[in-house]
Amino acid sequence: MKKVLLSGNEAIARGAYEAGVLVACAYPGTPSTEILENATQYREIDSSWAPNEKVALEVGIGACFGGARALVTMKHVGVNVAADPLFTLAYTGVRGGLVLVTADDPELHSSQNEQDNRNFAKFAKVPMLEPADSEEALAFTKLGFEISEQFDTPVFLRSTTRISHSKSAVTLGERPTDIPQPKLDRNPAKLVMLPGNARKLHPVIEQRTLDLEEWACQQPFNRVEKGAGEVGVITSGVSYQYVKETMPDAAVLKLGMVHPLPKQLIRDFAAQYSTIYVIEELDPFIEEQVRAMGIEVIGKDKISICGELTPGRVKMQLFDQESPLEDTSAELPQRPPSMCPGCPHRGVFYELKKAKAYVSGDIGCYTLGFMPPLSAMDTCICMGASVGIATGISKVLPEEERKKVVAVIGDSTFLHTGINGLMDMVYNKSTSTLIILDNRITAMTGRQENPTSGYQLNELESPRVDLEQLCRAVGVKHVTTLDPFDLELTGKVIRAEMARPEVSVIITNRPCMLVPRDNPIPRPPLLVDHDKCTGCRACLQIGCPAIIWDAEKKKSIVDPIICTGCKVCLQTCKFDAFSECGDKS
Amino acid sequence: MSQINNILLAGVGGQGILLASEVISEVMLLAGHDVKKNEIHGMSQRGGSVVSHLRYGEKVYSSIIPEGEVDILFSFELLETCRYLPLLRQNGQVVVSDWKIAPPAVARGVQPYPENLAEKICQQFPASVVVDGLNLALAAGNAKTVNTVLLGALSNILDYDRELWLTALQKMIPARLLDVNLKAFEAGCQARSIR
Repeated sequence: MKKVLLSGNEAIARGAYEAGVLVACAYPGTPSTEILENATQYREIDSSWAPNEKVALEVGIGACFGGARALVTMKHVGVNVAADPLFTLAYTGVRGGLVLVTADDPELHSSQNEQDNRNFAKFAKVPMLEPADSEEALAFTKLGFEISEQFDTPVFLRSTTRISHSKSAVTLGERPTDIPQPKLDRNPAKLVMLPGNARKLHPVIEQRTLDLEEWACQQPFNRVEKGAGEVGVITSGVSYQYVKETMPDAAVLKLGMVHPLPKQLIRDFAAQYSTIYVIEELDPFIEEQVRAMGIEVIGKDKISICGELTPGRVKMQLFDQESPLEDTSAELPQRPPSMCPGCPHRGVFYELKKAKAYVSGDIGCYTLGFMPPLSAMDTCICMGASVGIATGISKVLPEEERKKVVAVIGDSTFLHTGINGLMDMVYNKSTSTLIILDNRITAMTGRQENPTSGYQLNELESPRVDLEQLCRAVGVKHVTTLDPFDLELTGKVIRAEMARPEVSVIITNRPCMLVPRDNPIPRPPLLVDHDKCTGCRACLQIGCPAIIWDAEKKKSIVDPIICTGCKVCLQTCKFDAFSECGDKS
Repeated sequence: MSQINNILLAGVGGQGILLASEVISEVMLLAGHDVKKNEIHGMSQRGGSVVSHLRYGEKVYSSIIPEGEVDILFSFELLETCRYLPLLRQNGQVVVSDWKIAPPAVARGVQPYPENLAEKICQQFPASVVVDGLNLALAAGNAKTVNTVLLGALSNILDYDRELWLTALQKMIPARLLDVNLKAFEAGCQARSIR
């Protein structure tokens, strides 16, 4: 059959289709998001966004208990959120197969930490497959469902950014035609995890890991590639590609399953070579277990525990070579990401900075409020954390400082895990202010629908969560909804609510500029009248990419191609220099 | 190991870099090569630097190009080109659009945009091609076809049948935009280096 180029994420979605998956569920998160965006193209799969990863996994578990094959996907930190159901699902096992994709992000391309989720496999006692390219991403997804049903266990599939977002050639297969019809099957001894039932299952899952280990020693996904010297390399995932690139003559034990490790296979391999390398990204996960078997290896004493690997890094770190690259970063201006022109968050952070607020931040596009010139974010830990952190820091501060604390959170992140923090704020009588930046979409990951957007992943309309009603329902008395394009109003309300000695919520209600259905009529771009512009640079303090300082004329200019006409800049100008294009007044 | 060819695409989010790398990948797949490509999504969508690695040959392992082994730096913006020049091999080539996009610190007047970048590129890599991408795209009828103009210029350097490029463009570009993109591609094929 013809080969096509697929990304790792496209291949995982295709693998789910070819495995006969009926339900796919996720919360978006880079680098995992495109898996569900592709799964939804297969109409046979019920694909949906959940409000968070825990719910996504629980929906997957339900589908699997009903007898269907279910795919659940998330980024690495999402597994922290889903860990609670995961660890007990490991005890119950499955009915239909369940594959949980964790997409890790070595190098923190788009994440708040660099955790190595292979540790979760060992911790939760769940087998983990790790593909090294798109062909394997597809094959291992299908294999994962077979293992899941054969060994009565959920199965992890671990991807990394360089697997998820790399394209390579894949051979497509077909979807099975004999998918069993899900139906109820009561089995409380297996599925009700009271102590009495769970206690009986614990030895069962310990034996399951031993059985898997023995079985995995015989399977083609753990394979030895013969070499020409005295060097043997144990590796897995994308690191395998870098080993082949930099050490083409070395013998390689390529592990397709990283938990449990095939110990006998490793022993037999190691016995044949005088030098054994373990090449793996992040933690010494394989290395520590191989060392515990009494085998001497070279691993993290050479290969960095931090950051992703590249062919160059493997070569340099392993053989102590200097980097051939000169560092040009000092001479060349950096180009970090910034809020888009017309972003509804810009004015809020501009006003928060003016109000000298201490901003407890959260995860989303608005985390870019940290960047200069807005520079209005003081903490950011994880999804939903802004709310609890604001409560806690307020508890310990003297009254004058307490008033400065403001939490900011996006609509999707608020529903993800922020709402619990707001209940705590009300229940425990916090005096903090929470700003919900409602742009009606999960924007940072590429504009995915969520319960506030009014649409589902499959583009069908759906009821929209009324954030104002929700806040009032948990007991917040002071809820103000406003348009963040109105700077004066935004600033006034922020200062008033900061001063209020009670919990309050401000909802800034303006859709993401990049969602066409919410921005049907384009606004004309703005123009700077250079007779009026005094070069005071006030407009540059909002950090809009459409406003550019003309160093020769010492005036601001607007790039009409990217200006969206939001008029936030216009409100910062004391000299009335901004006007709409074509507006002669 | 058989010869692997390495193209690094660089530019700014929103310039059509990923579509360009899709088209080149398709050409190489049609030509019978093993192909791998790689890019970082996520934060880079917000106007940040965008890089795409593209490798083809008989058998490609790593999708990341080893440092110092880039054959062609195919770039959409001058400053971004210079950022990645150190990754080129010694007699490598640059294909670049003569276009400047101010990064945030430059737009705010905090830092100057470096001067004479095109000269520096051509001095260091004499076989480079600098194309007036924006004006050629405007002449073709759409400012957003700069990426396709550049693909035309790139196709002059890579020795593949013109038909492969046209087939790839037809496959990758929506029908309503195909005509203007074919014009832009042709303009790129005819373009002379302005340096």
